[in-house]
Amino acid sequence: MTRTRKLLIAVLAVGLAGLIPALAAQTVVGVTATEIKIGNTNPYSGPASAYGTIGKVIGAYFKKVNDEGGINGRKINYITYDDGYSPPKTVEMVRKLVEQDQVAFVFQTLGTPTNSAIHKYVNQEKVPHLFVATGATKWNDPKNFPWTMGFQPNYQTEGRVYAAHVLKNHPDAKVGILYQNDDYGKDYLKGFEDGLGEAAKKMIVLKQSHEVTDPTIDSQIVNLKNSGATVFFNITIPKFAVQAIKKSHDIGWKPVHYLNNVSSSLATVLKPAGLEASRGLITALYMKEVTDPQWKNDKGFQDWVAFMKKYYPEGALDDQANGYGYNVAILVAHTLRQCGNDLSRENIIRQAANLKNVELPLLLPGIKVNTSPTDHAPIEQEQLARFDGERWVTFGELFDAFRKQ
Amino acid sequence: MTSRLARHAGLLAVLALACMLPFVLSNFRLFQFTQVYIYAIAILGLNMLTGYNGQFSLGHGAFYAVGAYVSAIMMDRWHVPYGWTIPVAGVICLVVGFLFGLPALRLEGLYLALATFSLALAVPQILKYFEHWTGGSQGIVLSKPKAPLGLPLSPDQWLYFLTLAVLVILFWLGANLLRGRVGRAIVAIRDNHISAEAMGINSALYKSLVFGVSAAYTGVAGALSASVIAFVAPDSFNVFLSITLLIGSVIGGLASISGAIFGAFFIQFVPNWAQDISKAAPWAIFGVFLIVFMYVMPFGIAGAVGRIWIRMTRSRVLQAGRDPAPAHHAHTTT
Repeated sequence: MTRTRKLLIAVLAVGLAGLIPALAAQTVVGVTATEIKIGNTNPYSGPASAYGTIGKVIGAYFKKVNDEGGINGRKINYITYDDGYSPPKTVEMVRKLVEQDQVAFVFQTLGTPTNSAIHKYVNQEKVPHLFVATGATKWNDPKNFPWTMGFQPNYQTEGRVYAAHVLKNHPDAKVGILYQNDDYGKDYLKGFEDGLGEAAKKMIVLKQSHEVTDPTIDSQIVNLKNSGATVFFNITIPKFAVQAIKKSHDIGWKPVHYLNNVSSSLATVLKPAGLEASRGLITALYMKEVTDPQWKNDKGFQDWVAFMKKYYPEGALDDQANGYGYNVAILVAHTLRQCGNDLSRENIIRQAANLKNVELPLLLPGIKVNTSPTDHAPIEQEQLARFDGERWVTFGELFDAFRKQ
Repeated sequence: MTSRLARHAGLLAVLALACMLPFVLSNFRLFQFTQVYIYAIAILGLNMLTGYNGQFSLGHGAFYAVGAYVSAIMMDRWHVPYGWTIPVAGVICLVVGFLFGLPALRLEGLYLALATFSLALAVPQILKYFEHWTGGSQGIVLSKPKAPLGLPLSPDQWLYFLTLAVLVILFWLGANLLRGRVGRAIVAIRDNHISAEAMGINSALYKSLVFGVSAAYTGVAGALSASVIAFVAPDSFNVFLSITLLIGSVIGGLASISGAIFGAFFIQFVPNWAQDISKAAPWAIFGVFLIVFMYVMPFGIAGAVGRIWIRMTRSRVLQAGRDPAPAHHAHTTT
C-alpha cells in the first residue's frame, strides 16, 4: 500500500515538475543567457524537396552568425525537421518544436498547405510564426492571426502591381485574363481587380479559368484572342504558362503579356516556350536574380557568394532558393537584434511587426522590408521586368502595391 | 485454456496501461500515440485484405483520404458533429471499397497492386477537381474537437481516448470476423482459391466484401485523422501514405491483428528516429531499419513476438514435467 502511495506521489511530483516550467515560462520560452532556440520545418524529402535547400542555407547562415559571436551574446540553436511537404507531418513536427523542444518561435515553415495545417495551432499557442515561405495572401491577417507573418510579396500584392502598370501605361486597354481556378489563381485575380478598382468593369473584357488537372488551355487562349483583348494577364503555373506563351505566339496574338512571377523561370518556362516567343513578356521581381550577370559587381551579391563558398559550399550558386533563404535568415537575425534583451514571444512578434525600411542584400535596389501591427506583409514593393530574349531586364520605378502611384 | 486466460489478462493489462498514458505523457506524445492508433486501424484494414485474403493493395491511402474528406466536408459544410462523421466515413468507404473490389476481382497479385496504386495516384488530383467541396489544393481547415460533457480533458487527451475506443471496438470486431467462419473462408481463398471454391465458398463475394471492409477500416482511420490533425489537403494523402501503410502492415506482421499495432508504431516513430540519426539521409537510415527488421523478423514483429511467446510457454510447460503443449496454431493467423 505504502509503495503504491509512494508511486502515486512520485507520479504527481513528476507531473507537477512538468507543469511548473510551463507556467513560469509563459513569456520567455526557448531563450537562455547563451542561446535562442528557433524551430523550422522544410521538405527535405518528398515532392517539394527541391525547396529543402532553403532550410539548409538558413542553417548555414545561423552558423555564420554564431561564429561571429551570436546575437547579443546568444548563440542561435536552429532546429529544423523534415516534413516531406505533408501537412500531418508538419503538424507533428511543429508540435514537437513547440511542446518538446520548446523553441522561442517557428520561422520559415515552407508551403501553403503545410502552413495552413499549423496556422490555428501556433496562434492558439501564441507562438510567433514568422516569415513563412509561401505566397498566399492569408498570412497577412493580423486581426485574426496576430502571431503569423508572411515574407515574400503575396499574390494579391503582385496582382496590384500589374494593375497599377496597366492603368498608367494602357488606360484604354481591353484586358483578358487566364487564371487557374483555385485559391492561388483567385488570389492573383483579386489583387489585380482591386488594383484596377472602378476601371475593372470597363477594362476586363474576358476572364477564362482552367483547372490544374486540364491537359491543355489552347481553347482559352483562342477565346481570349477573339475577345479582342490587347492586354493579357497570365496567371498560370509553369506547365500552363509554357502552353499559353506558345499558343498565343502560334496564333499570332500579340497582346501586352503580363506573366505572373510564379512562372518567370528561364529554365522551366521561357526556354521550353521558346525565347523568341517569350520576348516582350512582363513580370514582377523583388529579388536580384542570382544568375543575372548585372549583379556581378554588386556588394550584396558578392557577400552572398562569399558566404556560400565558406558556409554552404555544397549549395548551388545558380539556385535562386539559396538567395531567398539567405535574405530571410538575415531578416530574422535583424528582428532578433531589434528585440534587444527582451526575447519574450510577445516582444519577438512585436518587433517583427515593427520593421522599418530594412534592406536585405539580395532584394532589388530600393525594395525595403516594412511591417506594422496591422500589416504582416513584409515585402510589398516589386519592380517590373521585361524579357529581352535572353534575360529579364528591370525597367521603370518600383511599384508599391498599397501606395497611390 | 491457461494460455487463453493469460492472453486475456495480457490484453487487459495493455489496455489499462493505454488508459493511463494520458495522465503521464505530454500532450505532444499523446498526439503521437493517437496517430499510432489511427495508423493501426488503417493497417488492420489493409491487413485483412493483403495479409488474410492475399489481395495486394498499394492504394489504401486513397481510402484513407476519402474517409478524411467525407468527415471534413460533413463538418465544414453541414456542421455535423465529428462523432457522426466517423461511421458515415466508414460506410461510404465500405461502399466505395466494395465497388472497387468488383472489377479488381479480375486482377491478381501484382496487377491488382498496380490497379490500386493508380487509385493512390489519382485520388489527390481528383480531390482538387471538386474544389467547391474539397477546398482544392488549399484543403479544409477544421477545428479541433473539445472534450464533451464538460469532461476535464484537454483536446489531445479526449481525442486519444476517442481513438483508443474506436480502435478497441474495431479490433474486437475484426478479431471476431477473422477468427470465425468468415475468417477461415477469407484465409482459404488466399491459400488456394480453387479448393476454397470447391468447398462451397463464394470467392467473388468474399473478395469484394473483404475489399469493402478493409476500405471501411481505413476510411474510419482517415476520418479520425481529419479531427486529430484538424486539416485536410490533397498533399496529406500522397502516394507515399499508401506505401507507408503497406510497410507498416508487412513490418508489423501480415495476417496478424496485433501486428497492425506494431506496424503502426514502426511507421510513426522509425522515420523520426532516422531523422534524429542523420539529417542528411534519413530515408537511407529508414531503409536500413527496414532491411534489418525484415531480415531479423521475416514474419514481422508480431511473428517474432509470437515465437518468443511460444518458446516461453513451452519451457514453462516442460519445467512442469508434462508433455510439451501441442504446437500453437500458426502465428501467422493469430
